[in-house]
Parts: sequence; structure tokens; C-alpha cells
Amino acid sequence: MLRLSNIYKTFNKGTINEKKALNGIDLELEDGDFVTVIGGNGAGKSTLMNIVAGTFAPDCGSVEIDGDDITLMSEHRRAKYLGRVFQDPIMGTAAGMQIIENLALANRRGKFRGLLPGIRKKEKEEYANLLKTLELGLESRLTTKVELLSGGQRQALTLLMATLKKPKLLLLDEHTAALDPKTAKKVLDLTNKVVLESNLTTLMITHNMNDAIAYGNRLIMLCDGRIIYDVKGEEKKNLTVQDLLKKFEQTTGEALVNDKMLLSNN
Amino acid sequence: MSTFINSLPGATALGMIWGIMAIGVYLTYKILDIADLTVDGSICTGAVVCTVLVIGGMNVWLALIIAFLAGALAGLVTALFHTVMGIPPILAGILTQLMLWSINLKILGAANVALSARTYGVIITQLLVNKSLLILVAFLVVLIAGLYWFFGTEIGSSIRATGCNSRMSKAQGININITKIIGLMLSNGIVALSGALLCQYQGFADINMGRGAIVIGLAACIIGIALTNIIPKVGKNFAVRLVGVAIGGVVYYVVFQFVICLGIDTDLLKMLSALVVALFLGFPYVKKNFPIKQIKKFFSPKKKVEGGNKDA
Repeated sequence: MLRLSNIYKTFNKGTINEKKALNGIDLELEDGDFVTVIGGNGAGKSTLMNIVAGTFAPDCGSVEIDGDDITLMSEHRRAKYLGRVFQDPIMGTAAGMQIIENLALANRRGKFRGLLPGIRKKEKEEYANLLKTLELGLESRLTTKVELLSGGQRQALTLLMATLKKPKLLLLDEHTAALDPKTAKKVLDLTNKVVLESNLTTLMITHNMNDAIAYGNRLIMLCDGRIIYDVKGEEKKNLTVQDLLKKFEQTTGEALVNDKMLLSNN
Repeated sequence: MSTFINSLPGATALGMIWGIMAIGVYLTYKILDIADLTVDGSICTGAVVCTVLVIGGMNVWLALIIAFLAGALAGLVTALFHTVMGIPPILAGILTQLMLWSINLKILGAANVALSARTYGVIITQLLVNKSLLILVAFLVVLIAGLYWFFGTEIGSSIRATGCNSRMSKAQGININITKIIGLMLSNGIVALSGALLCQYQGFADINMGRGAIVIGLAACIIGIALTNIIPKVGKNFAVRLVGVAIGGVVYYVVFQFVICLGIDTDLLKMLSALVVALFLGFPYVKKNFPIKQIKKFFSPKKKVEGGNKDA
């Protein structure tokens, strides 16, 4: 499905701010894998995500999806393979456009956009039905501008947009981090439902170790741009947060200290 | 006062021509979220191309179309500076604008060329204001209807999305370089079209006629947005907005005419226009950051400090 081979990425090479973000990442995802990604600040989680999404190219190594080498493919062209939800709820939608317009844009991901109407009549009903599944009452607000929605509503909408045209790979970059705990839980449950229903291959970054354990069938831990722990199946199901912390200390010789992680592990 | 009233039809016609130009500016400024300074050059390009072609014996309508295409070409240059070479859009526009000054001069062959309505078959002229007004209204109706349709299409929606959120657009598979190129070409094409109408109306093309055009365009946009915001419900509708912008151009020119009739030194008009636009552009920011609470607190009578068990 997704195959990352020998990925390296260094920022600000040759300057005092040089940062080796990724140090030889090899990762292969099977069809239908739901992988959670954890790691401290600067571990390379977001860089990994951006390299898969094509925001920037790796210094070396290759990215393949279903055997197609997409390492150097531009971001908008590889969008046909990918559904993405960002950390910032503002990032995933066009705020000044209506809910239905946003959905219509997402529904044309990977397609040629010409002079046909931006929204066709029959689409309206389809989107209303899909919005109903979110249980947020958005189905009656199709022509509302997205800027009037709350962060949670926006993330739910972005998730719907990301999966409207079934992507080969769903990328979730801490997509609940900016939400309050209750809303975060709701969006996460929705995510789980969508991913399992459509059997989507998913890569989800999270800073919450409980969530990383509770969701998905595989967990990887990053540190200093390397995968230091990769666990799946039964073994993952039996993991505890303590195991993860211990594992981190064993490998790196230091404690996994990160305010965000500690605060969210209640 | 009577001079002002007599000049109203003329000011309205000029205002509508600049309204067409302002609609072009609106597309980049509000939809693509790019302040495109190419327009100072491309409005003049439209005028010089149209003038030279009509004097050369070409059909006026054909000349208008070619003027539109010339403007679109200017927009393409700015768009390529920005998308291929990574130059910030404002700077890209300034570079093209400067290039256009030379190009316009070469096309026109002189700094000022007359296009007499008595000699050539122009479609609008200040000698026949009423007829010109009708034709301009027809132009605006067709233009606004066309743009309303276009920005509702798939490609039009993706241009709007690019201006709203470029990162999201890329994630949804939109090539934002292409959408920016189309947007800038369309905008400058419309601006050049207004230039082509302007030279016919006033009866000459001048190499300096575009100077400060962006300021007039922005002023018309701001007036148009403010006017349409008053309208409940449909005020934010795209077509209503465009009508508002066209009316904004008219309002600008009527006020302009009024100020002239008051006897203000016309040399100062450009400065005044720029100041007014600066005020309106800056107003939302100043309003947001104005320390109104502190000032109120400073001037309000100080309350006696309460004490006792209850407040302890």
C-alpha cells in the first residue's frame, strides 16, 4: 500500500539551525492498516506526514503508493490518493465558502475541473444525507459559510471531505489536538467509525498515548527521526501507557517528557 | 451647483467604465486575495491597443476583444513571475506594470494619440452621453452575468477556493498555480477592456492614463462592499457584490466630480483619493486595535473602593 524507503530530511542544512528531522525511515503499510504515530516534540511526526502528502520532498529515499513512485509528484497531483485532515481546524476548509461548496470541491479531488457547474443538483441531496451521519445538524445548513462553524464541526466536515472520495490513504495530523476534550472524543470516534466502515488505510498522528493505544491496529513511535517502536495486532491491544513510557526510556535513555503528552494522559 | 448637475451623466458614464475596471480588481483583490498592481499598466494597454487598432481601420468590437486579450497577456506575465519565479504578487505586478509602460509607449508610438469619435466608429463617446450610458449598462450586465456563471463552475469554484485557503486547495487536488494564472488573466483582461472603453469615451489614449488606477479600483471595491453589506440576506451574493462594485465606481466619480465643482485644486485629487482609500483600508484594523476600553476607563469617574467583610 504505502511504502517509505530510506527517507532522510534535514532542514536548514549547513546552518546553525540545522535540524535532522528524519533519519532513515522505512515503513510499509498494508491495505486497511490504521496506524497511530506518537513521539515527542521534534521527533519528525509532522515531517513524515508532510513528505507523504508532498508538502516537501525528502532529501533522499522514496515514497510509493500501490507501487507508484510519488516521491517527486506535486502536492495537488498526489491529492487524488490522499485524504487529509490538519491539526488546525481552519486549514482543512475554505472558510469563505459554503458547506456544500466545500463538499463539492472535495468531491472533485483528482478529477479535471472544467466549465461544468461547480455543484450539480443531485449532489445536494447526497451531501445532506452524508452530513446527517455526522449528527451535528449541518444537513440543514448546507449554504452556511464554513467560517461560522465551530472547530469541532469544521474538523468533522474536513474528515467528511477527506473521505468523500475514498482515498487510498487517510492522513490525520493531530486532527483533534486543537479541540476541547469532549469534542476531540467525538471527532475521534467519528474518525474510527469512518475508517473502519470504509476500511481506509490510515496514518494518524496523535500526542495522546491513550488514543494511540485505543485506536488502530498498529502503533509506531518516532524519536529523532527514527522509528524506535513498531507494534501491531494482539501485542498492541495489550499495551499500556506505562509500557510506552518504559519503551521510550529503554531506547533513548531519557524520559518521554512533553507537557502536551503528560497533560493529556489523564 | 448647476455645473455639478450638468456633469452628472458624464461622471456616471466614466464611473461605469471605472466600475468595469473595479470588477477586474475585485477578482484579484477579494477573490484571489492578491493585490495586483499590474492593472495600472494593463488598463493603459487596453486603451493603446484599442486606439491603434481602431485608427488602423479595425472593427471596434474586434478591437475590444483584442484589447481584452492583450490585458490577459499582461496578467499572464504577472502570474508567471509569481508562480514560476516565486516573486511575491505585489512585486510581480509592479514589474509587469513597469514593463507595460515601455510596451504601451511602443504600441501607441506617442505619449498621446487622439481617437476622434467624429472620424472613427467608436461605440461610446462623451459626445453622446446617453447612448454611451445605455451601452455601458449592457456591458456591465453581460459581464456580471458571465462572471457569475464562471465563478459557479468547477474551475471558478477552485479559483475561489485558492483565494480562501491555498493549502486546503492543494490538499483537494487543485493546481493553485493554474487557478492563480486564470484569475490574474481574467482580471487584467477585464481591466484592459475598461481601458479600451475609456479611450473611446474620452476620445484619446494617453500613456499616463493608468496611473493610480489600482487606487480607484480599490476605492470602488470598498464602496461597493460597504453598500452591499447594507442589503440583508443577498448582500453577500457574488452577483450583487459585482453590481455593488460597479455602482461603487459611479459613486466614486460622482463624488470626484462634486469635489472638482467645489473648486479644489485638481492637482491634489490623486493625493486625496489615496488618503481616502488608505483610511478605508485601515479602518477595520484601527477599529479592532483601538484601546477604547482604556480610554473609557481613563475618562470615567473613579469608583469608590468597596471594602468590609463582604469583599474580603
